[in-house]
Amino acid sequence: MRYLPLTEADRADMLARIGVASIDDLFADIPVDKRLTALPDLPLRKSEMEVERLLARLATENIAAANVPFFIGAGAYKHHVPATVDHLIQRSEFLTSYTPYQPEIAQGTLQYLFEFQTQVAQLTEMEVANASMYDGSTATGEAVLMAHRITRRRKAVLSGGLHPHYAQVVKTLSHMSGNTVLSLSPDVTAREDIIALIDKETSCVVVQTPDVFGNLRDLRAIGEACRAKGALLVAVFTEAVSLGLVAPPGAMDADIAVGEGQSIGNGLIYGGPYVGLFAAKAKYVRQMPGRLCGETVDAEGKRGYVLTLSTREQHIRRDKATSNICTNSGLCVLAFTIHMTLLGEAGLTRLARINHANAVKLADMLSGRRGVEVVNGTFFNEFTLRLSRPAAEVVERLAKKGVLGGVPVSRLLPEAGLDDLLITASTEVNTEADRLAFAKALGEVL
Amino acid sequence: MSETKFTKDHEYVRLDGDTATVGITDYAQGQLGDVVYVGLPEVGKAVTQGGDAAVVESVKAASDVFAPISGEVIEVNSGLEGAPSTVNEDPLGKGWFLKIKVKDRTEFDALMSEAQYQDYLKTLS
Amino acid sequence: MHNIQGRPTSPSETMVDAALPTFTGNRALQQEEALIFEIGRTDTTGVDLDEPDTFTPRLGGLERKGGTGLPGLSEPETMRHYVRLSQKNYGIDTGVFPLGSCTMKHNPRLNERMARLPGFGDIHPLQPLSTVPGALKLMAQLSRWLMELTGMQAVALSPKAGAHGELCGMMAIKSALAARGEARKIVLVPESAHGTNPATAALIGFAVKAVPARGDGTVDPQTVRSLLSSDVAAIMLTNPNTCGLFERDVVAIADAVHAAGAFFYADGANFNAIAGKTRPGDLGVDAMHINLHKTFSTPHGGGGPGAGPVVLSHRLAPFAPVPYLRGEGEHLRLVEHEAEAAEGEHPFGRLCAFQGQMGMYVRALAYMLSHGIDGLRRASEDAVLNANYVRVSLADLMSLPFGNRPCMHEALFDDAWLKDTGVTTLDFAKAMIDEGYHPMTMYFPLVVHGAMLIEPTESESKASLDLFIASMRDLAMAVRRGETLRFTEAPRYAPRRRLDETRAARQPVLRWTKPAPVAEAAE
Repeated sequence: MRYLPLTEADRADMLARIGVASIDDLFADIPVDKRLTALPDLPLRKSEMEVERLLARLATENIAAANVPFFIGAGAYKHHVPATVDHLIQRSEFLTSYTPYQPEIAQGTLQYLFEFQTQVAQLTEMEVANASMYDGSTATGEAVLMAHRITRRRKAVLSGGLHPHYAQVVKTLSHMSGNTVLSLSPDVTAREDIIALIDKETSCVVVQTPDVFGNLRDLRAIGEACRAKGALLVAVFTEAVSLGLVAPPGAMDADIAVGEGQSIGNGLIYGGPYVGLFAAKAKYVRQMPGRLCGETVDAEGKRGYVLTLSTREQHIRRDKATSNICTNSGLCVLAFTIHMTLLGEAGLTRLARINHANAVKLADMLSGRRGVEVVNGTFFNEFTLRLSRPAAEVVERLAKKGVLGGVPVSRLLPEAGLDDLLITASTEVNTEADRLAFAKALGEVL
Repeated sequence: MSETKFTKDHEYVRLDGDTATVGITDYAQGQLGDVVYVGLPEVGKAVTQGGDAAVVESVKAASDVFAPISGEVIEVNSGLEGAPSTVNEDPLGKGWFLKIKVKDRTEFDALMSEAQYQDYLKTLS
Repeated sequence: MHNIQGRPTSPSETMVDAALPTFTGNRALQQEEALIFEIGRTDTTGVDLDEPDTFTPRLGGLERKGGTGLPGLSEPETMRHYVRLSQKNYGIDTGVFPLGSCTMKHNPRLNERMARLPGFGDIHPLQPLSTVPGALKLMAQLSRWLMELTGMQAVALSPKAGAHGELCGMMAIKSALAARGEARKIVLVPESAHGTNPATAALIGFAVKAVPARGDGTVDPQTVRSLLSSDVAAIMLTNPNTCGLFERDVVAIADAVHAAGAFFYADGANFNAIAGKTRPGDLGVDAMHINLHKTFSTPHGGGGPGAGPVVLSHRLAPFAPVPYLRGEGEHLRLVEHEAEAAEGEHPFGRLCAFQGQMGMYVRALAYMLSHGIDGLRRASEDAVLNANYVRVSLADLMSLPFGNRPCMHEALFDDAWLKDTGVTTLDFAKAMIDEGYHPMTMYFPLVVHGAMLIEPTESESKASLDLFIASMRDLAMAVRRGETLRFTEAPRYAPRRRLDETRAARQPVLRWTKPAPVAEAAE
C-alpha cells in the first residue's frame, strides 16, 4: 500500500528481532473475545485514482460559490484568496510541522505566529492578541469565561444583534459551567436598550458589530456603562474585512475583542476549519486562553520566538487551566497572515471600500422594488431585506434559478417570527451582472 | 523577637507579634527553577490554613502556595510583579509573598522548626 | 583552445571554521529573515484591486479613523518571506518525527487535492441543503466509517479539535445524568492522562479525582471500584494509555463504572494502535473523541487545525449537540435546532457556529478510502511493530520504566539511565536535533521521571528506523562516554540555539511595536 513502506521481508525481520512469532503476539493484551477477527463491514483499499473518482462525484453534486451569483454571509464570507496563499500553506515545512514546542527547529512557525498576533492587534486596535482559537463562536464563548474570571462575576449579557449560533455556543458553555446568560431578543433594527440591563452582577456585555443583521453599532456608550458597573465590554465581529473601514473594537474601548478571521486567507469550506481571533487589553493577558508567542533571544544573543506564558494552559495547569484548548488553527492562521501581508493597510482599506460599495450598489438596486425593503440604515457589506413572502421559500426558488441569494433569518432563528427577513452579503467577488441576475430572479420569485 | 517555622509544602512563616510573613523556602525556589510570575491574593482576603493563598510560576510549572496559617491578608509584596527573580535570589528576605494577621498562635506553634524542616528535606532526596 | 579554467572542489578547501560570520548573517540556504513590520510598508500591496467609483457610504459615522499600520509586501517579497520562514521548520516530510501521543504519520497529498475540489472547498455552511447533497453524503460516509471502526451507535461530527471533542463527550455525559435527575460531581482521571482531560472536566464544573496506576503502568479495576460512588459521573481513560500500554482490564473497569451508574469517556488520541484490531464500543466505551489529525492523517499544520468528532454509545446518542445529520442517501437532512429534533433526541446545545471541520472530513475520508479497512488494520499493525522494533533496539542502553515488555504504538523510556551523567532528558532531546531528528515527546506522561515517549508511526521504513536507532544508540553511548557538552550545548546546528524561555515569560513581548524615533531615544 502506497502509504506503508514496510515490506513483508521487513516485517519478518522485525518480528524476529523483537522475538515474537506473529504481529498478533504484540496485541496479546486485548481480551481474546474482543479481538476483531473478521474485518468490519467497510470497503477495502482503493487506488488514488479510484478515490479521486468517488470523491469528485460527490463534489460535483454541490453548487460551488464561484459558479453562481453568490450573496450568502451571516458569519462566513466569500472573498477572493490570492493564489500565493494556497501555494505557500502547502509547503511541507508548514503543512507537516507540529506545534512549536521545540522552538529551535520551529522558528518559521513561531515568527509567523508573532507576526499574526501583531496583525490581529493592529486590525482590532487592541493591545495584545493570541495565536488564534478554533473560530469566532468558540472565541466568544472563551471571552465570556475570561470575563467571569477577571470580574469574579458569572452573568453575561448578550446583545440581540449577536449571531444566533454564537449566542447558542455561549449559552451551552455557560449552562454547562454553571454560569448565567441574559440573551436579548433578536434586534433587527439595532434599537435595543442593553445599557439598562447592566448591573453589579454583570461580568460582561457581548455586542457584535457589524451585527448579524448588518447594522453598525457604536459601542462607546455601552463600554462606559460597563465600566461604571465594573463589567467588561466584549466586542464581536464575524467579518474581519469590515475592520478595514469601520471603527475597530479598540477605538470603542472594548476590553476583549473576538471574531471570525475566515474572510482573510480562508475559503468557505462548508463551515470549517476557520480561525478565531482573540485580543484583549494587556493587563488581562494572564487570563487569556490559547497559545501566545513571545519574543526572546537565544544563547548567541540572536532574536527568536517561543511559546510563552504556558502556565495558563492545560498541559501545565491541568484542572486549573484558563481553558482546555490544545490546538490553535495553525494553517488557517498562516493563510490569514499571508493574505494580510499581501494586502497591507492600503490593500485592506481598498478591499473594504469595494465591499461596502458593492453592498451599497445592491441595496440601491433592490430598494423600491416591489416586495423588497432594505431594513438597515447602516451596514458594511451585509444587510437585511424584508420580503413580501417567507424568505426561506424565496431562497429555495432563487437557488433553483441558479442564484444563492442569502440566508433567511428563519434558518438561524426558526421561532422568532422573522420569517420574512433575508440577510444578504456583498463582497468584492460580486459583479454588476451578479447583482442584475439576483434582482431579476428576485423579481420573478416574489 | 521573630521566630520562623516551616511547612511540608515548603512555605515558611516568620511571626512578629501577630503579623506573619509568608514565602517559599530556598529548597522550593531551587525546585521550581527561574520564577517568572507570582500570583498574590487581594489585601483583606481571609485565608484558612491549608487553603489557596498564592500561585508561583516558573516557565514550565505552576505551583499552588497554601496558607500555612489562618488569618487576614494585610499586605502583599507587589514588588515581585516587576522582579519575580527576587524569589530565587532572596526567598526568605526580599522574596516574601504576603503578610497575614494571625488569630490563632497555636497553628504556628504546631509547624516545623528549622531543624525539623532540614531533617524533613533529607528524607526527600 | 582547451578549457583549463574549471576545477573540481576538494574537501580540504572547505575545512573552514564554521563560526566565521557572514555579512548577512545567512549561512547559505539557512537565511535570517526580518519581520514583515521591518520590511513592509503601509502603502505597498501585493493584491491588485481597483478603487471603487465614488459612492455615499452608509456607515453611520462609524468609519475607522486612522490606519491599521498593517505592512504590505508585493507578491515576490511575500513569497520570499514565507519560503525563508518555512526553511526554518522541521516537518514530517523532513524526517522521523517520533512525537509520542501525536501520531505524526505521513500526510497524503491526495487529501489536499480532494479538499480543494470546489464542490467541497467553495460551499457555504448556510447554503440551502438542496444545493449541497454531496457534502451531506460525505459527512454521512465519514460518520459510517467512524461508527463502524469503533463499534458505536452515533457520532457528533462538529467538535473542532480533540479537546473540543472531550468537551462534547463530557457535556453529553452531564446531560445524560441531568436527564436521570442526577448531578454527580466527580470525574476520575488517571494520573497519566493528557492535561486536556482534567482541564475539560474542570471547565464544566466537575471535581477531578486522580486514579493512581499499579506497578505495571496500567489501571487496576479494584482501584477504580474503590473510587467509584454515587457521586462519580464518569471515568476518562485513554486506551492504549499514555505510557503506550493497552489497558488489559478495560472491560472490568467499564463494567464497574456502569454498575455504579457512571459513564466511560475514552480519549481516542491513541486509536492508531488499535484501529481495525478491536473496537472501543465492544470494550464498554460510552463516548470517545477521535483526533482526525492523528489517526486519520489530516495535517498538523504547525499546530492546527484539528478535528475531534465524538463517537457515542446508545446511552449518550440522544444528547448529541446540533447540528447533526439525520436520514440516509438522498434524504439526508441537517438538524440545526432543538426545535427540529425528533422524539427522543435531546441535543445538549451547540458547540460551534457551523457544521464542524468539513475540510478535515474530506481529507480523513480520502485517507480511509485509500487504505480501506484492510489497510487501516495493517497500518495499526505496522505502527505497533515499528514502536516495538525501536523499543527492543534501545532497551539495552535506555531505561524502560515498566520493563522491557511489549508496548503498543509508542515506547516509553524514562531518565533513570541518565542518572549522574550530567545529561537530562531535555539535553538528550536537543542533541537529537543536531542529528537531524525532531525530538520525541519529553516529560509526558508526568507519572514517569524525565519521560521520553517515542511513536514512530507506520510511515517509517525499516531503513529509516535503522538509521534513527543507530543515531539514538550513538547518542546514548556518547552520554556514557561523558561527552556532556554535545548535549548541554545542543542544538548547535539548528537555525537558533536554545532560547531564553525565562526571559520570554518574565518580560512578555507578544507583538511588534514601532520603535521610538532615534532622536528621542538619544535624549
